[in-house]
Amino acid sequence: MGSVQTATRPGVSLDADKPVLIIDDVYKTFGDAEEAVTAVDHVSFDVKPGEFVAVIGPSGCGKSTLFNIIGGMLGEYGGDVRIDGERIAGPHPAVGMVFQEESTFPWRSVIDNVAFPLELRGVAKSERYDRARHFIGMVGLDGFEKRYPSQLSGGMKQRVSIARTLVSNPRILLMDEPFAALDEQTRLLLGDKITQIQQELKQTTLLITHNLTEAVQLSDRIVVMTYRPGKVKRIADIDLARPRTSDVVGSDAFGRHVADIWNDLREEASRGMQESEQVARADRRRG
Amino acid sequence: MRIVAVADRRAPLTATRWFPLTVGALTIVAVGVIFEVLLRIGVLNRYIIPLPSEVLAAFERIVAEEGVIERTGTSAFEVLTAGFACIAVGVPLGVLLYRFNILRRALEDWVAALAAAPIVLAYPLFMVLFGRGSMTVIVIAFAYGLAPIVLKTVEGLSETRSVLINVGKSLNLSEAQMFWKILFPSAIPSIFTGIRLGWTFCVIAVIGVEFLVNLGGLGQLINDLAERYDMPGTYASIGFVIGISMIFFIILEWVEKWLQPAR
Repeated sequence: MGSVQTATRPGVSLDADKPVLIIDDVYKTFGDAEEAVTAVDHVSFDVKPGEFVAVIGPSGCGKSTLFNIIGGMLGEYGGDVRIDGERIAGPHPAVGMVFQEESTFPWRSVIDNVAFPLELRGVAKSERYDRARHFIGMVGLDGFEKRYPSQLSGGMKQRVSIARTLVSNPRILLMDEPFAALDEQTRLLLGDKITQIQQELKQTTLLITHNLTEAVQLSDRIVVMTYRPGKVKRIADIDLARPRTSDVVGSDAFGRHVADIWNDLREEASRGMQESEQVARADRRRG
Repeated sequence: MRIVAVADRRAPLTATRWFPLTVGALTIVAVGVIFEVLLRIGVLNRYIIPLPSEVLAAFERIVAEEGVIERTGTSAFEVLTAGFACIAVGVPLGVLLYRFNILRRALEDWVAALAAAPIVLAYPLFMVLFGRGSMTVIVIAFAYGLAPIVLKTVEGLSETRSVLINVGKSLNLSEAQMFWKILFPSAIPSIFTGIRLGWTFCVIAVIGVEFLVNLGGLGQLINDLAERYDMPGTYASIGFVIGISMIFFIILEWVEKWLQPAR
């Protein structure tokens, strides 16, 4: 198991202050010229090695578009997304993606799900199983290696997806609201697990979320986005001490950070809600 | 003590595994008894419907005198040949229809129409083309069984969850890897549904065509016995075909579960 340690993960920048991920003036529009909708409007920020950054904003702020651009799922966009200087123009091996929807393969056992990326690379079965077991243990699913996703809860399935992403040793873990479908208690407990893993692996992580407490619980910095078109409204530093657990949720400092971020978000969320209502009214008038 | 008593209380009889099976078997016995009584008291005509007791007794006779085992072998050969041919042609055809949209738009409706067409009416044409033998039965059964396998393969591939495809894209899968590692395994349950439907149609077509053109296995036996006006034998052979079909599909379900342990 010792060989599985990730302290020597390839490509980790030696300069801790040099950003590993740079999002520079990124914009993206959908639709043709006359009815073009700007989803992401000249967004810029960066993520340093080992840092946990959350992008938060109301529905419709372009979070998922940004996730897809950084993950290389949207090939054409304006501006630059760079990983160690290399522009992202498609799925990049340095980026490991965890999706919002449940994404385990139902026909594969837990261990075969987690070992999947290694299987693609032609890693020998015994080695890929060893590495898969390491990450299954890390997400707290020891003993479930031979179970199938249909035998697991929603939270367990998302942990399998996270382990499957981590097994590739991605330089950047990119997560799109991975706990959105889970209840609040499970979400807090999985937050603990993520924090623990992130601290153990010094894993550079970018989390896309609309959940305030989740963002504050997990992050070093939070990028607050405006409602459509999605711009960076503010980047907030979260100076809560690490190592951090979900106990932090009860602290005064946590409450202050949540209130602070909510002050920024409230206006945007209200704007989003008003616009949705106007669209609904217009639809009703049209019959 | 009350809590212990509640915990000890057994599950109701209706919740046991054997209850529905027993009810099903008893229902068949009850219907048999009712018919026996109605026939014996003259409410039903014994020249049209034989006594269930005579049908039961005829089972031994059709096995001993009518070569049922050999005929089962003939029909099974025809069903399996047509069934495997349906898989060998239907699954790749479904994949092609999924992969090439133009092909799908051109052919899917025709394949769906094939599933609804009474192909059996064209049996004289098939007999001219393939002769009066097993080949005609197999080809007609193939034509019946093909459509559901093609359609269900297309459906299974098309309904692969987009997030699974995105996982594949994020891992930079090649087109071949995407197909073999994600699309095809994801479509397997739907393909199996198609195979079960297709093989059901194959069984119906084989027995039906054998009966219609009076050749081959179990279908011909039913025809023979009916023409001899051996009513107990006819009903016994129909019962035998139903029993064999049930065993066939139970085995198919076992194979499906064995191949997909977690679904």
